[in-house]
Amino acid sequence: MHAFDYKSPEVLAEALQQLADSDGSAKPLAGGTDLIDQMRTGRHQPTLVIDIKKVAELNVLECAGDGLHVGAATPCYRICGDDNVQQDYTALADACNIIGGVQIQSRASVGGNLCNSGPAGDSIPAMIALRGICVIAGSAGTREVPVAEFCTGPGQNVLADNELLVEIRFPPRPTASGSHYRRMIPRNEMDIAVVGVGASVTLNEAGTTITDACIGLGAVGPTPLLAARAGECLVGQTVSDATLANAVEAAKEIISPITDMRGTQEYRVHVTGVLVRRVLETAISRATGDPCVVRPGH
Amino acid sequence: MSTAEKPSYKVIGTRPIRHDGVDKVTGRALYGADIKLSRMLYGATVRSPHAHAKIVRIDTSQAELMPGVRAVITSEDVPEQGDRVVELGEGAVNMRHLAANVMAREKVLYKGHVVAAVAADDVHTAEEACARIEVEYETLPPVLDLLKAMSADAPILNDDIRTESIGSAPSGSDQQTNVAKHFMFEKGDIKQGFADADIIVERTFDTAMVHQGYIEPHNATAHWNADDKITVWMSTQGTFSARQQTAELLLMPVSSVKVVPMEIGGGFGGKISVYLTPLAALLSKKTGRPVKILMSRTEVFEATGPTPGSHMRVKLGAKSDGTLVAGEAWIAFEAGAYTGSPIGAACMCVFACYDLPNGQVEGFDVCVNKPRTNAYRAPGSTHVAMATETLVDELCEKLKMDPTEFRIKNAAGEGTRRVDGPVYPRIGMVETVEAIRDSEHYKTTLDGKFCGRGVASGFWFNVGLKSSVSATVNSDGTVALVEGSTDIGGTRTSIAMQLAETLGIAAEDVNPVVVDTDSIGYTDITGGSRVTFSTGIAAINAAISIQEQMCQRAAILWETDAENVRYEEGHLVGPSDQRLSFRELAEKLRELGDAVVGYGTSGSETQGGAFGTHCVDVEIDPELGKVQILRYTIAQDAGTAIHPSYVEGQMQGGVVQGIGWALNEEYWYDEQGEMHNPTFLDYRIPTCYDVPMIDTIIVEVPDPQHPYGVRGVGEVPICPPPAAIANAIYDALGIRMTELPMAPHRVLAAYLGRNTDD
Ligand SMILES: Cc1cc2nc3c(=O)[nH]c(=O)nc-3n(C[C@H](O)[C@H](O)[C@H](O)COP(=O)(O)OP(=O)(O)OC[C@H]3O[C@@H](n4cnc5c(N)ncnc54)[C@H](O)[C@@H]3O)c2cc1C
Repeated sequence: MHAFDYKSPEVLAEALQQLADSDGSAKPLAGGTDLIDQMRTGRHQPTLVIDIKKVAELNVLECAGDGLHVGAATPCYRICGDDNVQQDYTALADACNIIGGVQIQSRASVGGNLCNSGPAGDSIPAMIALRGICVIAGSAGTREVPVAEFCTGPGQNVLADNELLVEIRFPPRPTASGSHYRRMIPRNEMDIAVVGVGASVTLNEAGTTITDACIGLGAVGPTPLLAARAGECLVGQTVSDATLANAVEAAKEIISPITDMRGTQEYRVHVTGVLVRRVLETAISRATGDPCVVRPGH
Repeated sequence: MSTAEKPSYKVIGTRPIRHDGVDKVTGRALYGADIKLSRMLYGATVRSPHAHAKIVRIDTSQAELMPGVRAVITSEDVPEQGDRVVELGEGAVNMRHLAANVMAREKVLYKGHVVAAVAADDVHTAEEACARIEVEYETLPPVLDLLKAMSADAPILNDDIRTESIGSAPSGSDQQTNVAKHFMFEKGDIKQGFADADIIVERTFDTAMVHQGYIEPHNATAHWNADDKITVWMSTQGTFSARQQTAELLLMPVSSVKVVPMEIGGGFGGKISVYLTPLAALLSKKTGRPVKILMSRTEVFEATGPTPGSHMRVKLGAKSDGTLVAGEAWIAFEAGAYTGSPIGAACMCVFACYDLPNGQVEGFDVCVNKPRTNAYRAPGSTHVAMATETLVDELCEKLKMDPTEFRIKNAAGEGTRRVDGPVYPRIGMVETVEAIRDSEHYKTTLDGKFCGRGVASGFWFNVGLKSSVSATVNSDGTVALVEGSTDIGGTRTSIAMQLAETLGIAAEDVNPVVVDTDSIGYTDITGGSRVTFSTGIAAINAAISIQEQMCQRAAILWETDAENVRYEEGHLVGPSDQRLSFRELAEKLRELGDAVVGYGTSGSETQGGAFGTHCVDVEIDPELGKVQILRYTIAQDAGTAIHPSYVEGQMQGGVVQGIGWALNEEYWYDEQGEMHNPTFLDYRIPTCYDVPMIDTIIVEVPDPQHPYGVRGVGEVPICPPPAAIANAIYDALGIRMTELPMAPHRVLAAYLGRNTDD
């Protein structure tokens, strides 16, 4: 590995300044579970590593009237261990619960998962489904970008060199809503999604009709995807196999998976359909109050 | 479970705590990467990015200019071998190929092939220096497909290879070829056999290249002293083999090399060949300082010795009463860059479980632009078990016969002649099938949609070979046991237990140590499931010698002749019923003549073969093609289980590796010959969530060639799992899987009735 400088600012402004001063040759480090490995293999060779774990704003985990705030560097174990997240933003808890094992979860952040911008990043479809908004700070001020628009290509996103992701904000959850994230992996643990699907569903009071739905897809295109039409086609429909089948078809329309060592293109198309249906079923059950415990790998 | 009336043992069959346990669980044990010597340098390698290319030019000047860089070597620094074939303990090896595998000379033959190496003050400098070495290549078309590699118009990898014919194969031509070996074994009349058959089944199978997946990467530290004595510290399956390979590659006498074994984090056949050792030695020669080189995981995958991918066509014929009458097999193995796949063993194993009157087996060892393959746990046998055991299952289905009944009816037994010639001594194939038939597992019916059960058997030869031990009686009644077998699976303890049993003392009173090649007699590799058998015999011989010496010492004490003293259950008994325990006499040895030191050696070529039969239940998600293992039972003939926990551990470990091979493991190559998954993220060995508790049934049919009846247990458990799982998938979904791994996308495609698209 090459030699580099290391700084660990405690104030956001200081971190932003260091970033601005380094002219694109610095890399923020949250958990480091992606970055350190990428530096080891030479994929990234920053001359300065800015450890952002000590910046307070990046470590929040708060559920308030305006929704949920997840600091970009907040580790996964805190997120999936949080009662509010488990209760109302279950898809996010599901995702944080399967990113790596105990060691990884105690370092890895969803901010890092998002900024790494891998097509298969597990938290991203969940955050898309929960309509997360990225709060981004730079020398020129702060801006907001929906999670669904954050990634622009494999390993690429909307961040400028001098910008930091500060937090991801999620709107408050309506009553009778439920969400779920699930991935297909060949093993039952420690694997990368062949297909990942996150979905959030809100039902009417009677629990019979879908009033809102949002679906995120992972590993089936160059970026995680918002399956907008698949979500929209569910709205106003009664819960039925036929309704879900429409969403499945709409989701399949927007994907462009590849064949690689994790699965064939054909397989990924098929599995997208299976998972969209299964994830919607679980999200709907959760919207009706059934917690639906999911076993690893299933 | 015991099949024979078992002698009553005091130590054998018990489960003492392993002698090296405390060091291992507290992290004190020193592995290859732990070595630190004063003034030590760190090495790194430059490796080919291409699968097949000519080396046009190597420019090391920029690397040599870097501060902290102490030496750079290329093939020019590696001695020329000429046309030499050397017997290296596991068979004859073409030295030119071995040398070229260690450091490419004119051509690179696989991605990851070493072309240069650097020694520097630290590993980062060494790596940076490697990046500054310029290598100009002229790329050649990569040969990756087994069948295409065999065709007459395929690009040639090695211009010195001509097909070598073995067995009854017709002699090869003088043409350049990628087919390095052609085997043919025949028995009976194959035509008549199939003519007599009422049912014939035949299928083609493909299996992917897979790696042993040991946790510890390869490592070597070497110091070339001013007096031309070379010391090597490394983790290896065989110190004497590593010594000889290193000496031959450096054109030095074997006695100039000393190999010091470090603890080993797994080998499974992959840590016999040397890769880094000669490079570390040559870098040390140039610098006069010790040099340490470690491989990364990616280097381990790309450039050590995985087991080949295969293409097989197998055909079986049976009478309607279930009698097997004929079997035919055509098997091609990827040798990798240089000849040496376990195709010969595969040809011998393919029908080894059965009493087959008419058989014909043909095998090919084929060079392709992938790493040179090497041994992996029962090398070659798992591939062919996938084929034969799937077809046996299909025969059972067609005959409407229970798979255990069919196997019992046709099992090989004492006196059965294998297709390749040898006649079996007493073996336990039938007993392992009976053990499965009578198991709780097999007797419990399996319910559940998309659930299925499969049965399969497997065979491995096991080898004997040479071992040496020495054992000294300490004045406190303990015995210091010195051995040359590096301990991979708990053999310090299983050897110590055999010494203890023979002397009638406790296993805890034996203190085993594994030492370097200057400190013990010649000992072959830890491989071929041989150590508990063969080093065990050496330890028993050493113990018998100690018994004799102890009788002589007691005779001095009792003022009688040695023949009047008996050695009984750890006691010396004199002519007038004087009695001293081993310890009591040991305490008096100071006054009783010479030191008591026993030496023992062993060297039989063979041991009785090992058989196992497995039963597995699976559940499949038919929408995802994903297979879950619900329950697994393995029955295996261990001859006599010295330490039952270690026997069970070997059985379970073999099954886990077999499950990985069956379901997910594979080298995933692109068309340029680049492996896309050289990490444990995408090379999927099973995790603890992927395997249930594996139930074990130890069958004991003693091997008459060992005083206590030991049979090696390490290898055969990997053979049946892929076939057993394939048969279970058939039971669950009605599809015959003929390609490994049976990854979700393949199972799904087969289930949906389509052809897989790769
Ligand atoms: C053993 C192991 C298992 C894994 N399993 C999974 C898994 O199951 N699923 C999965 O999705 N991933 C997995 N990963 C990948 C990784 O753990 C996740 O992507 C993780 O969420 C990354 O978070 P991090 O905090 O460690 O990011 P880091 O490595 O710190 O950063 C990742 C990237 O984002 C940038 N970055 C981080 N924070 C910010 C910020 N606030 N603003 C701007 N840029 C930023 C960094 O510069 C870097 O480029 C695994 C990794 C390992 C080593």
